[in-house]
Amino acid sequence: MIAVVDYATGNLRSVANALRRAGAEFTLTADAALLRRAERVILPGVGEASSAMARLRERGLDEVLPTLTCPVLGICIGMQLLCLSSEEGDAECLGLFPTRVRRLPSDAESGAGTEAGIRAVEEIGGSPSAGCLLAAETFPAVGGLLAGGPLPAGGGGLAGESPTHLRLKIPHVGWDTIEELRSPLFEGVPEQSYVYYVHSYAADPCPATIATTDYGRRFSAALQRDNFFGTQFHPEKSGAVGARILQNFLNL
Amino acid sequence: MLAKRIIPCLDIRDGQTVKGIHFEGLRRVGDPVELGAKYAAQGADELVYLDISATQQGRRTFTDLVTRIAARIDIPFTVGGGISSVEDAGRLLEAGADKVTVNSAAVRNPALIDAIAARYGSQFVVAAIDARLVDGRRVVTTHGGTRPTDRELFTWAHECVERGAGEILFTSMDHDGTKNGYPCEVFARLAELPVPIIASGGAGTVAHIAEVLTRGGADAALAASIFHYDEIPIPTLKRELHRAGIPVRL
Repeated sequence: MIAVVDYATGNLRSVANALRRAGAEFTLTADAALLRRAERVILPGVGEASSAMARLRERGLDEVLPTLTCPVLGICIGMQLLCLSSEEGDAECLGLFPTRVRRLPSDAESGAGTEAGIRAVEEIGGSPSAGCLLAAETFPAVGGLLAGGPLPAGGGGLAGESPTHLRLKIPHVGWDTIEELRSPLFEGVPEQSYVYYVHSYAADPCPATIATTDYGRRFSAALQRDNFFGTQFHPEKSGAVGARILQNFLNL
Repeated sequence: MLAKRIIPCLDIRDGQTVKGIHFEGLRRVGDPVELGAKYAAQGADELVYLDISATQQGRRTFTDLVTRIAARIDIPFTVGGGISSVEDAGRLLEAGADKVTVNSAAVRNPALIDAIAARYGSQFVVAAIDARLVDGRRVVTTHGGTRPTDRELFTWAHECVERGAGEILFTSMDHDGTKNGYPCEVFARLAELPVPIIASGGAGTVAHIAEVLTRGGADAALAASIFHYDEIPIPTLKRELHRAGIPVRL
Protein backbone atom coordinates (compact mmCIF):
# COMPACT_ATOMS: atom_id res chain seq x y z
CA MET A 1 0.00 0.00 0.00
CA ILE A 2 1.18 3.52 -0.87
CA ALA A 3 0.53 6.23 1.69
CA VAL A 4 0.38 9.89 0.66
CA VAL A 5 0.90 12.01 3.76
CA ASP A 6 -2.13 14.26 4.28
CA TYR A 7 -1.03 17.25 6.35
CA ALA A 8 -3.28 19.89 4.80
CA THR A 9 -0.86 20.97 2.11
CA GLY A 10 -1.48 22.02 -1.48
CA ASN A 11 -0.74 19.42 -4.10
CA LEU A 12 -2.27 16.27 -2.60
CA ARG A 13 -4.73 16.06 -5.47
CA SER A 14 -2.02 16.38 -8.13
CA VAL A 15 -0.02 13.57 -6.56
CA ALA A 16 -3.16 11.46 -6.16
CA ASN A 17 -4.07 12.01 -9.83
CA ALA A 18 -0.56 11.04 -10.94
CA LEU A 19 -0.70 7.82 -8.88
CA ARG A 20 -4.09 7.00 -10.42
CA ARG A 21 -2.64 7.54 -13.89
CA ALA A 22 0.16 5.12 -12.91
CA GLY A 23 -2.51 2.59 -11.89
CA ALA A 24 -1.27 2.58 -8.27
CA GLU A 25 -3.47 2.08 -5.21
CA PHE A 26 -2.92 4.56 -2.42
CA THR A 27 -4.42 6.12 0.64
CA LEU A 28 -4.29 9.71 1.92
CA THR A 29 -3.44 9.62 5.61
CA ALA A 30 -1.69 11.23 8.56
CA ASP A 31 -2.09 8.14 10.73
CA ALA A 32 1.21 6.95 12.24
CA ALA A 33 0.22 3.27 12.28
CA LEU A 34 -0.81 3.36 8.60
CA LEU A 35 2.41 5.12 7.63
CA ARG A 36 4.49 2.48 9.46
CA ARG A 37 2.70 -0.31 7.58
CA ALA A 38 2.96 1.38 4.16
CA GLU A 39 5.21 0.00 1.42
CA ARG A 40 5.81 3.49 -0.02
CA VAL A 41 5.30 6.90 1.57
CA ILE A 42 5.01 10.14 -0.41
CA LEU A 43 5.33 13.48 1.37
CA PRO A 44 3.96 16.16 -0.97
CA GLY A 45 3.98 19.86 -0.27
CA VAL A 46 3.26 23.28 -1.64
CA GLY A 47 3.41 26.50 0.27
CA GLU A 48 5.63 27.87 3.00
CA ALA A 49 8.24 25.72 4.79
CA SER A 50 7.90 26.77 8.43
CA SER A 51 4.10 26.46 8.45
CA ALA A 52 4.33 23.11 6.64
CA MET A 53 6.82 21.96 9.28
CA ALA A 54 4.43 23.13 12.01
CA ARG A 55 1.62 21.07 10.46
CA LEU A 56 3.87 17.98 10.46
CA ARG A 57 4.64 18.54 14.17
CA GLU A 58 0.98 19.07 15.08
CA ARG A 59 0.30 15.60 13.73
CA GLY A 60 3.36 14.07 15.40
CA LEU A 61 4.74 13.20 11.97
CA ASP A 62 8.13 14.75 12.74
CA GLU A 63 8.64 11.73 15.06
CA VAL A 64 7.22 9.13 12.68
CA LEU A 65 8.78 10.02 9.31
CA PRO A 66 12.48 9.59 10.29
CA THR A 67 11.75 6.08 11.65
CA LEU A 68 10.23 4.76 8.40
CA THR A 69 12.14 1.97 6.66
CA CYS A 70 10.19 1.77 3.37
CA PRO A 71 11.07 4.06 0.42
CA VAL A 72 9.92 7.61 1.21
CA LEU A 73 9.63 10.36 -1.44
CA GLY A 74 9.40 14.04 -0.52
CA ILE A 75 8.23 16.38 -3.29
CA CYS A 76 9.06 20.11 -3.37
CA ILE A 77 8.38 21.42 0.16
CA GLY A 78 8.08 17.76 1.17
CA MET A 79 11.72 17.29 0.13
CA GLN A 80 12.80 20.51 1.84
CA LEU A 81 11.27 19.33 5.14
CA LEU A 82 13.60 16.30 5.01
CA CYS A 83 16.67 18.61 4.95
CA LEU A 84 18.42 20.15 7.98
CA SER A 85 16.73 23.53 7.84
CA SER A 86 15.10 26.08 5.58
CA GLU A 87 15.67 29.81 5.40
CA GLU A 88 11.98 30.19 4.64
CA GLY A 89 10.40 31.12 7.96
CA ASP A 90 13.69 30.04 9.62
CA ALA A 91 12.47 26.44 9.89
CA GLU A 92 14.30 23.61 11.63
CA CYS A 93 13.55 20.54 9.52
CA LEU A 94 13.92 16.76 9.93
CA GLY A 95 17.63 16.49 9.06
CA LEU A 96 17.47 13.33 6.94
CA PHE A 97 19.41 14.98 4.10
CA PRO A 98 22.67 16.70 5.17
CA THR A 99 21.97 20.03 3.47
CA ARG A 100 20.28 23.35 4.04
CA VAL A 101 17.57 25.07 2.02
CA ARG A 102 18.33 28.64 0.98
CA ARG A 103 16.55 31.28 -1.08
CA LEU A 104 17.47 31.30 -4.78
CA PRO A 105 19.50 34.33 -5.89
CA SER A 106 17.78 36.84 -8.15
CA ASP A 107 21.04 37.75 -9.88
CA ALA A 108 23.31 35.59 -11.99
CA GLU A 109 25.96 35.97 -14.63
CA SER A 110 24.38 34.59 -17.76
CA GLY A 111 24.07 35.52 -21.39
CA ALA A 112 21.00 33.39 -21.95
CA GLY A 113 18.15 34.75 -23.92
CA THR A 114 19.09 38.10 -25.35
CA GLU A 115 21.81 37.95 -27.96
CA ALA A 116 21.07 34.36 -28.93
CA GLY A 117 17.45 35.29 -29.25
CA ILE A 118 17.89 38.24 -31.53
CA ARG A 119 20.10 36.10 -33.75
CA ALA A 120 17.35 33.49 -33.57
CA VAL A 121 14.69 35.77 -35.00
CA GLU A 122 16.96 36.66 -37.87
CA GLU A 123 17.69 32.98 -38.57
CA ILE A 124 14.00 32.13 -38.67
CA GLY A 125 13.80 34.78 -41.35
CA GLY A 126 10.70 36.39 -40.00
CA SER A 127 9.85 39.98 -40.64
CA PRO A 128 10.21 41.54 -37.21
CA SER A 129 7.35 43.92 -36.61
CA ALA A 130 8.06 47.61 -36.40
CA GLY A 131 7.34 47.55 -32.69
CA CYS A 132 10.10 45.06 -32.06
CA LEU A 133 12.73 46.87 -34.09
CA LEU A 134 11.80 50.02 -32.27
CA ALA A 135 12.17 48.25 -28.94
CA ALA A 136 15.58 46.86 -29.89
CA GLU A 137 16.80 50.31 -30.77
CA THR A 138 15.46 51.94 -27.68
CA PHE A 139 16.30 49.46 -24.93
CA PRO A 140 18.59 51.97 -23.18
CA ALA A 141 15.80 54.51 -23.37
CA VAL A 142 13.41 52.01 -21.83
CA GLY A 143 15.86 51.58 -19.00
CA GLY A 144 16.03 55.32 -18.56
CA LEU A 145 12.28 55.62 -18.39
CA LEU A 146 12.15 52.85 -15.84
CA ALA A 147 14.65 54.51 -13.53
CA GLY A 148 12.16 57.24 -12.80
CA GLY A 149 9.01 55.32 -13.61
CA PRO A 150 6.72 53.03 -11.68
CA LEU A 151 8.65 49.84 -12.46
CA PRO A 152 11.77 48.76 -10.57
CA ALA A 153 14.88 49.24 -12.70
CA GLY A 154 16.62 46.31 -11.08
CA GLY A 155 19.52 45.98 -13.51
CA GLY A 156 17.52 43.93 -16.01
CA GLY A 157 19.41 42.17 -18.76
CA LEU A 158 18.02 44.32 -21.53
CA ALA A 159 18.43 47.69 -19.91
CA GLY A 160 21.16 47.15 -17.30
CA GLU A 161 24.76 48.27 -17.44
CA SER A 162 26.15 44.89 -18.46
CA PRO A 163 24.35 43.08 -21.27
CA THR A 164 25.33 39.71 -19.80
CA HIS A 165 24.11 40.46 -16.28
CA LEU A 166 20.59 39.07 -16.18
CA ARG A 167 18.14 39.46 -13.38
CA LEU A 168 16.55 36.09 -12.67
CA LYS A 169 12.85 35.80 -12.05
CA ILE A 170 11.89 34.39 -8.68
CA PRO A 171 10.10 32.05 -8.16
CA HIS A 172 11.85 29.67 -10.53
CA VAL A 173 8.77 28.63 -12.54
CA GLY A 174 8.65 26.31 -15.50
CA TRP A 175 10.57 23.53 -17.18
CA ASP A 176 14.27 23.22 -16.45
CA THR A 177 16.90 20.54 -17.04
CA ILE A 178 18.28 18.03 -14.55
CA GLU A 179 21.82 16.69 -14.75
CA GLU A 180 24.45 14.63 -12.89
CA LEU A 181 21.77 11.96 -12.45
CA ARG A 182 22.82 9.11 -10.18
CA SER A 183 20.09 7.04 -8.56
CA PRO A 184 17.68 4.21 -9.43
CA LEU A 185 15.07 6.99 -9.28
CA PHE A 186 16.37 8.15 -12.69
CA GLU A 187 16.51 4.72 -14.37
CA GLY A 188 15.82 5.35 -18.07
CA VAL A 189 15.76 9.14 -17.64
CA PRO A 190 18.35 10.88 -19.88
CA GLU A 191 20.65 13.64 -18.65
CA GLN A 192 19.28 17.11 -19.46
CA SER A 193 15.67 15.93 -19.27
CA TYR A 194 13.17 18.69 -18.56
CA VAL A 195 11.10 18.68 -15.36
CA TYR A 196 8.61 21.18 -13.94
CA TYR A 197 9.62 23.50 -11.11
CA VAL A 198 7.79 26.06 -8.97
CA HIS A 199 9.92 27.25 -6.03
CA SER A 200 11.85 30.14 -4.51
CA TYR A 201 14.06 28.11 -2.14
CA ALA A 202 16.41 25.23 -2.91
CA ALA A 203 18.77 22.81 -1.16
CA ASP A 204 22.53 23.21 -1.60
CA PRO A 205 24.39 20.32 -3.28
CA CYS A 206 25.69 17.76 -0.77
CA PRO A 207 26.82 14.10 -0.76
CA ALA A 208 23.15 13.02 -0.90
CA THR A 209 22.55 14.97 -4.13
CA ILE A 210 21.46 12.66 -6.95
CA ALA A 211 20.58 15.33 -9.54
CA THR A 212 21.30 19.02 -9.98
CA THR A 213 19.83 22.03 -11.77
CA ASP A 214 21.37 25.47 -12.33
CA TYR A 215 19.29 28.56 -11.71
CA GLY A 216 21.42 31.41 -10.45
CA ARG A 217 23.35 28.76 -8.55
CA ARG A 218 23.60 24.99 -8.72
CA PHE A 219 21.14 23.29 -6.37
CA SER A 220 19.94 19.79 -5.49
CA ALA A 221 17.22 18.84 -7.97
CA ALA A 222 16.92 15.55 -6.11
CA LEU A 223 18.35 13.92 -2.99
CA GLN A 224 18.68 10.39 -1.69
CA ARG A 225 19.95 8.93 1.55
CA ASP A 226 19.23 5.27 2.28
CA ASN A 227 15.48 4.80 1.81
CA PHE A 228 14.72 8.53 1.71
CA PHE A 229 14.30 10.30 -1.64
CA GLY A 230 13.34 13.83 -2.51
CA THR A 231 12.71 15.90 -5.64
CA GLN A 232 12.61 19.69 -5.70
CA PHE A 233 10.69 19.51 -8.99
CA HIS A 234 7.18 18.14 -9.41
CA PRO A 235 7.25 14.69 -11.05
CA GLU A 236 3.44 14.66 -10.91
CA LYS A 237 3.42 17.64 -13.30
CA SER A 238 6.44 16.74 -15.43
CA GLY A 239 4.76 14.83 -18.28
CA ALA A 240 6.27 11.54 -19.41
CA VAL A 241 9.63 12.15 -17.66
CA GLY A 242 7.85 12.76 -14.35
CA ALA A 243 5.66 9.70 -14.80
CA ARG A 244 8.81 7.61 -15.35
CA ILE A 245 10.43 8.97 -12.17
CA LEU A 246 7.30 8.22 -10.12
CA GLN A 247 7.12 4.74 -11.64
CA ASN A 248 10.80 4.20 -10.77
CA PHE A 249 10.02 5.14 -7.17
CA LEU A 250 7.10 2.70 -7.11
CA ASN A 251 9.34 -0.02 -8.58
CA LEU A 252 12.18 0.40 -6.03
CA MET B 1 18.51 25.96 -18.73
CA LEU B 2 15.02 27.23 -18.00
CA ALA B 3 12.91 26.70 -21.11
CA LYS B 4 10.67 29.30 -22.69
CA ARG B 5 7.12 27.99 -22.36
CA ILE B 6 4.57 27.45 -25.13
CA ILE B 7 1.02 27.62 -23.79
CA PRO B 8 -2.12 26.83 -25.78
CA CYS B 9 -5.16 28.65 -24.45
CA LEU B 10 -8.60 27.09 -24.55
CA ASP B 11 -11.68 29.26 -24.14
CA ILE B 12 -14.51 27.31 -22.55
CA ARG B 13 -18.20 28.09 -22.66
CA ASP B 14 -20.67 25.74 -20.99
CA GLY B 15 -18.01 23.03 -20.88
CA GLN B 16 -17.01 23.25 -24.56
CA THR B 17 -13.96 24.76 -26.27
CA VAL B 18 -14.59 27.86 -28.34
CA LYS B 19 -12.39 30.51 -29.87
CA GLY B 20 -13.56 33.98 -30.69
CA ILE B 21 -11.92 36.59 -32.83
CA HIS B 22 -11.87 39.66 -30.57
CA PHE B 23 -14.09 37.60 -28.27
CA GLU B 24 -16.90 37.71 -30.83
CA GLY B 25 -18.28 35.25 -33.34
CA LEU B 26 -17.64 32.22 -31.14
CA ARG B 27 -16.96 28.92 -32.83
CA ARG B 28 -16.48 25.46 -31.31
CA VAL B 29 -13.12 23.75 -31.74
CA GLY B 30 -13.25 20.55 -29.71
CA ASP B 31 -13.59 18.72 -26.41
CA PRO B 32 -11.51 20.53 -23.75
CA VAL B 33 -10.01 17.46 -22.10
CA GLU B 34 -9.18 15.70 -25.37
CA LEU B 35 -7.77 18.87 -26.90
CA GLY B 36 -5.67 19.54 -23.78
CA ALA B 37 -4.35 15.96 -23.78
CA LYS B 38 -3.49 16.28 -27.47
CA TYR B 39 -1.56 19.50 -26.83
CA ALA B 40 0.25 17.96 -23.84
CA ALA B 41 1.28 14.98 -25.99
CA GLN B 42 2.50 17.38 -28.69
CA GLY B 43 4.78 19.15 -26.23
CA ALA B 44 2.74 22.02 -24.80
CA ASP B 45 4.47 23.19 -21.61
CA GLU B 46 1.35 24.30 -19.85
CA LEU B 47 -2.33 24.82 -20.64
CA VAL B 48 -4.65 27.71 -19.88
CA TYR B 49 -8.41 27.17 -19.69
CA LEU B 50 -10.53 30.32 -19.60
CA ASP B 51 -14.19 30.04 -18.68
CA ILE B 52 -16.28 32.49 -20.65
CA SER B 53 -19.62 31.04 -19.53
CA ALA B 54 -22.17 33.67 -18.69
CA THR B 55 -24.38 31.56 -16.43
CA GLN B 56 -24.19 29.89 -13.02
CA GLN B 57 -24.84 26.54 -14.65
CA GLY B 58 -21.94 27.14 -17.03
CA ARG B 59 -19.68 27.94 -14.07
CA ARG B 60 -20.57 24.69 -12.31
CA THR B 61 -19.90 22.77 -15.51
CA PHE B 62 -16.47 24.42 -15.64
CA THR B 63 -15.54 23.23 -12.14
CA ASP B 64 -16.48 19.67 -13.11
CA LEU B 65 -14.39 20.07 -16.24
CA VAL B 66 -11.36 21.20 -14.16
CA THR B 67 -11.66 17.99 -12.14
CA ARG B 68 -11.60 15.93 -15.34
CA ILE B 69 -8.66 17.90 -16.74
CA ALA B 70 -6.65 17.38 -13.54
CA ALA B 71 -7.27 13.63 -13.67
CA ARG B 72 -6.07 13.36 -17.25
CA ILE B 73 -3.37 15.99 -17.87
CA ASP B 74 0.18 15.50 -16.53
CA ILE B 75 1.49 19.03 -17.13
CA PRO B 76 0.57 22.20 -15.22
CA PHE B 77 -2.63 24.00 -16.12
CA THR B 78 -4.06 27.38 -15.23
CA VAL B 79 -7.74 28.27 -15.10
CA GLY B 80 -9.47 31.61 -15.17
CA GLY B 81 -12.59 33.49 -16.04
CA GLY B 82 -15.01 34.99 -13.57
CA ILE B 83 -12.87 34.41 -10.47
CA SER B 84 -13.99 37.11 -8.07
CA SER B 85 -13.32 35.71 -4.59
CA VAL B 86 -10.86 33.62 -2.59
CA GLU B 87 -13.63 31.00 -2.45
CA ASP B 88 -13.80 30.83 -6.26
CA ALA B 89 -10.02 30.33 -6.37
CA GLY B 90 -10.15 27.72 -3.60
CA ARG B 91 -12.88 25.77 -5.39
CA LEU B 92 -10.71 25.56 -8.53
CA LEU B 93 -7.62 24.59 -6.49
CA GLU B 94 -9.69 21.82 -4.89
CA ALA B 95 -10.75 20.69 -8.36
CA GLY B 96 -7.06 20.35 -9.27
CA ALA B 97 -5.98 23.59 -10.98
CA ASP B 98 -2.30 24.53 -10.56
CA LYS B 99 -2.89 28.27 -10.93
CA VAL B 100 -5.74 30.72 -11.37
CA THR B 101 -5.85 33.92 -13.39
CA VAL B 102 -7.66 36.96 -12.06
CA ASN B 103 -8.60 39.79 -14.39
CA SER B 104 -11.65 42.08 -14.21
CA ALA B 105 -12.41 41.26 -10.57
CA ALA B 106 -8.88 42.23 -9.53
CA VAL B 107 -9.17 45.57 -11.33
CA ARG B 108 -12.41 46.19 -9.42
CA ASN B 109 -11.00 44.83 -6.14
CA PRO B 110 -7.17 44.70 -6.16
CA ALA B 111 -7.11 43.20 -2.64
CA LEU B 112 -8.35 39.98 -4.26
CA ILE B 113 -4.76 39.35 -5.44
CA ASP B 114 -3.38 39.82 -1.90
CA ALA B 115 -6.05 37.54 -0.48
CA ILE B 116 -5.49 34.66 -2.91
CA ALA B 117 -1.68 34.96 -2.65
CA ALA B 118 -1.81 35.00 1.15
CA ARG B 119 -4.05 31.94 1.25
CA TYR B 120 -2.56 29.80 -1.52
CA GLY B 121 0.80 31.38 -2.39
CA SER B 122 1.99 33.70 -5.15
CA GLN B 123 2.74 30.75 -7.42
CA PHE B 124 -1.02 30.14 -7.58
CA VAL B 125 -2.02 33.65 -8.78
CA VAL B 126 -1.56 34.88 -12.33
CA ALA B 127 -2.66 38.44 -12.97
CA ALA B 128 -4.23 38.57 -16.44
CA ILE B 129 -4.15 42.09 -17.85
CA ASP B 130 -5.86 43.30 -21.03
CA ALA B 131 -5.00 46.76 -22.33
CA ARG B 132 -5.43 48.87 -25.43
CA LEU B 133 -3.86 52.07 -26.69
CA VAL B 134 -6.11 55.09 -26.08
CA ASP B 135 -4.70 58.51 -27.00
CA GLY B 136 -1.11 57.26 -26.66
CA ARG B 137 -1.76 55.75 -23.25
CA ARG B 138 -1.96 52.01 -22.55
CA VAL B 139 -5.27 51.70 -20.74
CA VAL B 140 -6.26 48.58 -18.81
CA THR B 141 -9.58 47.18 -20.02
CA THR B 142 -11.98 44.66 -18.52
CA HIS B 143 -14.75 42.38 -19.75
CA GLY B 144 -12.86 41.04 -22.73
CA GLY B 145 -11.43 44.39 -23.72
CA THR B 146 -14.79 46.12 -23.95
CA ARG B 147 -14.54 48.38 -20.91
CA PRO B 148 -11.66 50.83 -20.51
CA THR B 149 -10.67 51.68 -16.94
CA ASP B 150 -8.69 54.59 -15.51
CA ARG B 151 -5.68 52.36 -14.85
CA GLU B 152 -2.44 52.57 -16.83
CA LEU B 153 -0.87 49.24 -17.90
CA PHE B 154 2.62 49.46 -16.36
CA THR B 155 1.43 50.97 -13.09
CA TRP B 156 -1.21 48.28 -12.73
CA ALA B 157 1.21 45.46 -13.64
CA HIS B 158 3.62 46.70 -10.99
CA GLU B 159 0.82 46.91 -8.43
CA CYS B 160 -0.28 43.33 -9.25
CA VAL B 161 3.25 42.08 -8.52
CA GLU B 162 3.46 44.12 -5.31
CA ARG B 163 0.19 42.56 -4.20
CA GLY B 164 1.51 39.05 -4.75
CA ALA B 165 0.80 37.98 -8.33
CA GLY B 166 3.34 35.29 -9.26
CA GLU B 167 3.07 35.81 -13.03
CA ILE B 168 1.64 38.38 -15.44
CA LEU B 169 -0.38 37.30 -18.49
CA PHE B 170 -0.63 40.30 -20.78
CA THR B 171 -2.90 40.65 -23.82
CA SER B 172 -2.78 43.69 -26.04
CA MET B 173 -6.38 44.03 -27.20
CA ASP B 174 -5.14 46.01 -30.21
CA HIS B 175 -3.21 42.96 -31.37
CA ASP B 176 -5.38 40.09 -30.16
CA GLY B 177 -6.82 38.09 -33.05
CA THR B 178 -4.92 40.07 -35.71
CA LYS B 179 -2.04 37.57 -36.24
CA ASN B 180 0.24 40.54 -36.94
CA GLY B 181 2.60 39.94 -34.02
CA TYR B 182 2.99 41.06 -30.43
CA PRO B 183 3.82 44.61 -29.30
CA CYS B 184 7.36 43.65 -28.26
CA GLU B 185 8.28 47.08 -26.91
CA VAL B 186 5.49 46.75 -24.37
CA PHE B 187 6.66 43.27 -23.37
CA ALA B 188 10.25 44.47 -23.05
CA ARG B 189 9.07 46.93 -20.40
CA LEU B 190 6.94 44.35 -18.62
CA ALA B 191 9.94 42.00 -18.64
CA GLU B 192 11.64 44.33 -16.15
CA LEU B 193 9.21 43.08 -13.51
CA PRO B 194 10.63 40.40 -11.18
CA VAL B 195 8.01 37.77 -12.13
CA PRO B 196 7.57 35.72 -15.33
CA ILE B 197 5.63 37.37 -18.18
CA ILE B 198 3.30 35.39 -20.45
CA ALA B 199 2.70 37.03 -23.83
CA SER B 200 -0.75 36.67 -25.34
CA GLY B 201 -2.65 37.98 -28.34
CA GLY B 202 -1.37 38.51 -31.86
CA ALA B 203 0.73 35.49 -32.82
CA GLY B 204 0.45 34.58 -36.50
CA THR B 205 3.88 33.15 -37.30
CA VAL B 206 6.79 31.34 -35.64
CA ALA B 207 8.83 34.54 -36.04
CA HIS B 208 6.28 36.51 -33.99
CA ILE B 209 6.63 34.05 -31.13
CA ALA B 210 10.44 33.99 -31.41
CA GLU B 211 10.47 37.79 -31.25
CA VAL B 212 8.35 38.14 -28.16
CA LEU B 213 10.45 35.50 -26.36
CA THR B 214 13.69 37.32 -27.23
CA ARG B 215 13.32 41.02 -28.05
CA GLY B 216 10.15 41.13 -25.96
CA GLY B 217 11.84 39.31 -23.07
CA ALA B 218 8.71 37.22 -22.40
CA ASP B 219 9.07 33.94 -20.50
CA ALA B 220 6.17 32.22 -22.22
CA ALA B 221 3.95 32.65 -25.25
CA LEU B 222 0.27 31.87 -25.15
CA ALA B 223 -1.85 31.41 -28.25
CA ALA B 224 -5.11 29.82 -29.27
CA SER B 225 -6.27 29.83 -32.86
CA ILE B 226 -2.88 29.04 -34.45
CA PHE B 227 -2.92 25.80 -32.46
CA HIS B 228 -6.65 25.05 -32.65
CA TYR B 229 -6.69 25.29 -36.42
CA ASP B 230 -3.28 23.59 -36.81
CA GLU B 231 -1.82 26.63 -38.52
CA ILE B 232 1.38 26.17 -36.50
CA PRO B 233 1.52 22.72 -34.90
CA ILE B 234 3.30 22.80 -31.52
CA PRO B 235 6.04 20.29 -32.54
CA THR B 236 6.89 22.44 -35.59
CA LEU B 237 6.93 25.61 -33.51
CA LYS B 238 9.23 24.14 -30.87
CA ARG B 239 11.59 22.62 -33.43
CA GLU B 240 11.89 26.00 -35.16
CA LEU B 241 12.49 27.83 -31.88
CA HIS B 242 15.09 25.24 -30.85
CA ARG B 243 16.83 25.44 -34.22
CA ALA B 244 17.07 29.18 -33.70
CA GLY B 245 18.78 28.77 -30.33
CA ILE B 246 15.83 29.59 -28.07
CA PRO B 247 15.72 27.20 -25.09
CA VAL B 248 12.59 25.07 -25.38
CA ARG B 249 11.61 21.67 -24.00
CA LEU B 250 11.62 19.13 -26.83
